[in-house]
Amino acid sequence: MTSGELTLSEGNHSKQPKQRAEPALVSESGPGLFGGFFEWFGELGIFAWQVVRAAVTPPYEWQELIRQLDDVGSKSLPLVALAGSAIGVVLSMETSASLTRFGAKSLLPSAIVYSVVQEMGPIITGLVVSGRVGAGIGAQLASMKVTEQIDAIEASAINPFRLLAATRILACILMLPLLTLAADACGVFMGWFTQSLSEPLSLRHFIDVGFRGATLNDLLPPTFKTAVFGLIIGLVACFQGMRTRGGAEGVGRAATSSVVLASLFVILADVVLVKFILVVFP
Amino acid sequence: MATTYDIAANPAPNVQNSVVPAVAVEDLHKSYGAQKVLNGVTLTVAQGETLAVLGRSGTGKSVLLRVIIGLAKPDSGSVRIQGQEIADVPLDGMGEIRKKMGFLFQHAALYDSLTVGENVAFPLEHHRRDMSRSQRDDRVMQLLGEVGMESARNKMPSNISGGMQKRVGLARALALDPHILLLDEPTAGLDPISSGEIDELVLKLQREHQMASIVVTHDLHSARTIANSLAILDKGNVIIEGTYDDLQKSDIEFVKEFLKVS
Repeated sequence: MTSGELTLSEGNHSKQPKQRAEPALVSESGPGLFGGFFEWFGELGIFAWQVVRAAVTPPYEWQELIRQLDDVGSKSLPLVALAGSAIGVVLSMETSASLTRFGAKSLLPSAIVYSVVQEMGPIITGLVVSGRVGAGIGAQLASMKVTEQIDAIEASAINPFRLLAATRILACILMLPLLTLAADACGVFMGWFTQSLSEPLSLRHFIDVGFRGATLNDLLPPTFKTAVFGLIIGLVACFQGMRTRGGAEGVGRAATSSVVLASLFVILADVVLVKFILVVFP
Repeated sequence: MATTYDIAANPAPNVQNSVVPAVAVEDLHKSYGAQKVLNGVTLTVAQGETLAVLGRSGTGKSVLLRVIIGLAKPDSGSVRIQGQEIADVPLDGMGEIRKKMGFLFQHAALYDSLTVGENVAFPLEHHRRDMSRSQRDDRVMQLLGEVGMESARNKMPSNISGGMQKRVGLARALALDPHILLLDEPTAGLDPISSGEIDELVLKLQREHQMASIVVTHDLHSARTIANSLAILDKGNVIIEGTYDDLQKSDIEFVKEFLKVS
């Protein structure tokens, strides 16, 4: 390892004496708020570089990737579907009342479809996966770290960046758009279902009207922007987990900070990405 | 049990004819912040020999092992594994060197989401991709057999005792037929009977595999049992190295006190 590189092993063994304080976004001492902020981002950048370098060099961990795809994708599906459905129901009820008041009830299918597909589906999926997967990855890797399991992987001549981090991050990147499609489908379906309870309407007609005039530019960029959410969730959770120190308390801190930071960055990224999409895909 | 695994895939060097030490550490320094942990450690272990490193808690014994296997980078000094300098080897280049070494962690560090058998198979799955599943299964059973843990193959690490976990950790450390075995407190936290069993096991494995071993321990009795030579570490440096008799003859006050209370 070259000098200055962030490594998993260096300076993070439970038995090592007097370790340097873990940089935090908000630290009570040491580098201070801004110092800690930049230090955290600097270490995150080095971590990301090490993950990229490990990910693009063989051997590739296909089995672990498939396991992570299952863990991130299929195990998040029920939660994401439920959240998408709830959004569809709420949107239908809220929008129906508003549009009726303004005499524009015929726009209800379009309002629901556009709201769900362009914003609500992606962001809800991002936040739900941040909570479920972010906490899971953060806690699992943190637990492995404090019990020296990550050291054991490294001592077995296996690159933990490749085995643990790259596979999880890639799984998040690949599965988020698919989960978003599921959330969108559930949201649109439940929006129709809720609407049809008060005013019978065929699903086919609802979808025809809802998607009328929609182009791929309206549908694809909002869906695929969630790949960036996946990158953020996977990266932040792996980073927080693999730099954990301090036993059970450290594991708890890693899980919490993974969720909080991943959710925060997903929301902030959404702001940037929405603007980007509006500019690039007008 | 018959096995088709070809042990010659990773043969140990010729012990008798080897003049290059298995591990040679020279003037090794390592600090964490302002605290010096290793302060000029120099040690040599020949192939087939076992060195026990003793000393008080916090004197850098475990850090020494971590530096040797490349889990911590030294501030200065030299670490040579079978003649190859590793102190300046980048992380990416440590893989081949680490394959020559087996490491038993103090708390075994078994992967808690895998069964005992899967733990032992883990290094094989990643480094012996040429092995078929049945060859790998045979090899796992062979390794578990060596440490007397065949019956625990399908158990989870949380369902076996600390002593059993150490045995499984040892089997995992041996999976790639290492030339060098590093043992971090192999008997720590175990009852005297389990400690004795682990000592016997280590001795048996050393006889059979002819590895060079470095054992970090507080347990003088264990060290005398399994090691050819003993080194005492104090304040980050080796203050004496030799046989138990050499240590007994020493005039160094710390050594006398250490032997007296141990």
